[in-house]
Amino acid sequence: MFNYLVRRILSGVVVLGIVSAIVFGIFYILPADPARLSCGKTCSEELILKIRHTLELDQTLPVQYGRYVKGIFVGRTYLKGSPAELKCSAPCLGYSFQTNQPVTQLLKDRLPATASIAFGASILWLLIGLSSGIISALRRGTWVDKLSQGVALGAASLQIYFVGLVLQFIFVNKLAWLPTPGYSSPLHYPLDWAKQMALPWITLAFLLSAIYSRLTRAGMIEIMGEDYVRTARAKGLGNRTIKLKHVLRGAITPIVTVFGLDLGGLLGGAVITEYVFNIPGLGKLSTDAVSNLDLPVITGTVIFSAFFIIVANILVDLLYAALDPKVRIQ
Amino acid sequence: MSKFLEVNNLSISFPTEDGVVKAVDNMSFSLEKGKTLGIVGESGSGKSVTSLAILGLHKGSTAEVSGEILIDGQDINAMAENDVRLLRGKVMSMIFQDALAALHPYYTVGNQIAEAYLVHNKVSKSEAKKRAIEMLDRVGIPEPQKRVDDYPHQFSGGMRQRAMIAMALSCNPSLLIADEPTTALDVTVQAQIIDLLRDLQKEFNTAIILITHDLGVVSETADDILLMYAGKAIEYGTVRDVLQKPQHPYGWGLLTSIPRLTGDPEKSLAAIPGTPPSLISVPSGCAFHPRCSYVKQVGTACSSSIPDLLPVSAGAHHLVRCHLDTAAREEIFRSQVAPNL
Repeated sequence: MFNYLVRRILSGVVVLGIVSAIVFGIFYILPADPARLSCGKTCSEELILKIRHTLELDQTLPVQYGRYVKGIFVGRTYLKGSPAELKCSAPCLGYSFQTNQPVTQLLKDRLPATASIAFGASILWLLIGLSSGIISALRRGTWVDKLSQGVALGAASLQIYFVGLVLQFIFVNKLAWLPTPGYSSPLHYPLDWAKQMALPWITLAFLLSAIYSRLTRAGMIEIMGEDYVRTARAKGLGNRTIKLKHVLRGAITPIVTVFGLDLGGLLGGAVITEYVFNIPGLGKLSTDAVSNLDLPVITGTVIFSAFFIIVANILVDLLYAALDPKVRIQ
Repeated sequence: MSKFLEVNNLSISFPTEDGVVKAVDNMSFSLEKGKTLGIVGESGSGKSVTSLAILGLHKGSTAEVSGEILIDGQDINAMAENDVRLLRGKVMSMIFQDALAALHPYYTVGNQIAEAYLVHNKVSKSEAKKRAIEMLDRVGIPEPQKRVDDYPHQFSGGMRQRAMIAMALSCNPSLLIADEPTTALDVTVQAQIIDLLRDLQKEFNTAIILITHDLGVVSETADDILLMYAGKAIEYGTVRDVLQKPQHPYGWGLLTSIPRLTGDPEKSLAAIPGTPPSLISVPSGCAFHPRCSYVKQVGTACSSSIPDLLPVSAGAHHLVRCHLDTAAREEIFRSQVAPNL
């Protein structure tokens, strides 16, 4: 098990290396000149050369990439030896062209808002999705099932920017039940935090619980046809025990997998949700960085979200081992 | 006094989009405690559907079940699902063909056996686990204290089938239905499992319904044989009668198709021509007539009317469903079938 974990972590690091190299390469090909971008409106050729030197853009691509990677692990120093020497401690992802803040700091600042959205919404969609899926499966073919699956189909076909804006219009603008979505620290203002997060949570949960509901229903119906469920009936177990113990236990594994990956993906930035509700999270950071061609920030956010997806993958595999005794033994 | 199990005029059909499937048609049989009935037939002949009906497992499905299934005088078919549920596992229980699929992959073997015991007995979990260990020991699993915490996939095929038997017998049921219990196992393990069932039957005086397509297994274990074809009983009698003096052309076909060590190795095995009929469109008259070699001797009756299940001779317990008369059957058996056995 330990060896397996080490192997997975090492391969995760390799994947991160590949992702960062690709992102780095793409921006090198881009027709945008980073030096000119960070130079501003009043800009001379001389100044651009100087900036190019400061940003170490006058080095070859492999050297630039090598220094970038080195910066992540041990930190790096720009303009070594000059009076303007700039120390960037590990993990260093460079500086934003736009604000000159360290990218690492930006990511740290933006993570709590994104994590709030991701965790809050995931609890909500798990609750709604699983329970409606279970009820649908148990009441297959009845109006309860048809209604809940109809709603699920509709919800899964909608888009965040549509649902989000409609909900905001109703609950914020018209009814004024909720404040404009945003982010305040849950440690200092827990109530404000929950109120401001409510709409993003509901919007995301509305769309994702639809998928989980269908997944749960399909999984349970499939498992109900398994021989071991017939065995459970032949033993004389009650319907409730059969459905909630034997059937659900058999159906839960794929749901856990999808959940882990969804959560990992969201932690890297709930891009559309944050954009729609204007919440200062990682997703908003990356969309802003893209529109400003803020290359270090874009690279940083891409690597950061790749990191979360890789971690989520490893966690899902570990969970698999916990859920499936066959995996555990190997 | 009525027998322990009596099935009277059992019919089971399933409505499907292509039409009604008559899986079982007007079956009657009975069984005493401590005795074994072998139900033999090929896939789709209605064997398993019959056994599931005896456990009342068609309740809640779309299947239409008519007739009586009397266990100790109580009609399973007329009872409510929840009342039948209380008898399942306790009065009648079942072991299935593919033990790997029939055991839950995510629960330990011990957990699953203990669960069967817990449903019908007011005992603590630790007592139920003790019972699981005891049952595993009883069915011949070595080191049951250790193996009780294993998952099904950690058991070998034979051990899984033993565990299924342990689970089915954990509440000392009076009736055990074994649905092809040895089909998925290799021959030496098959023999062990059959021996085990026999020993347990002696010990607990269990009535056993053995569902199989293996005539060898039936001849070793059963007291009575019921031969099924296309949902109908076509021959019913004691093992001795049905295997030594078979009366139905289908039975002749089954017996002559068994390879023999003493036979000519160059000669190809006898086979019954054709394939089993679809249960949606069962052939008219005798369902076996399109595959039967003796239709010419009877004439049009074979394709126009369904023969009744009648005693071979007056008062005999050996029943057969065939238009050939007894004298003709005996002549065919003596001259054409017996030499090939």
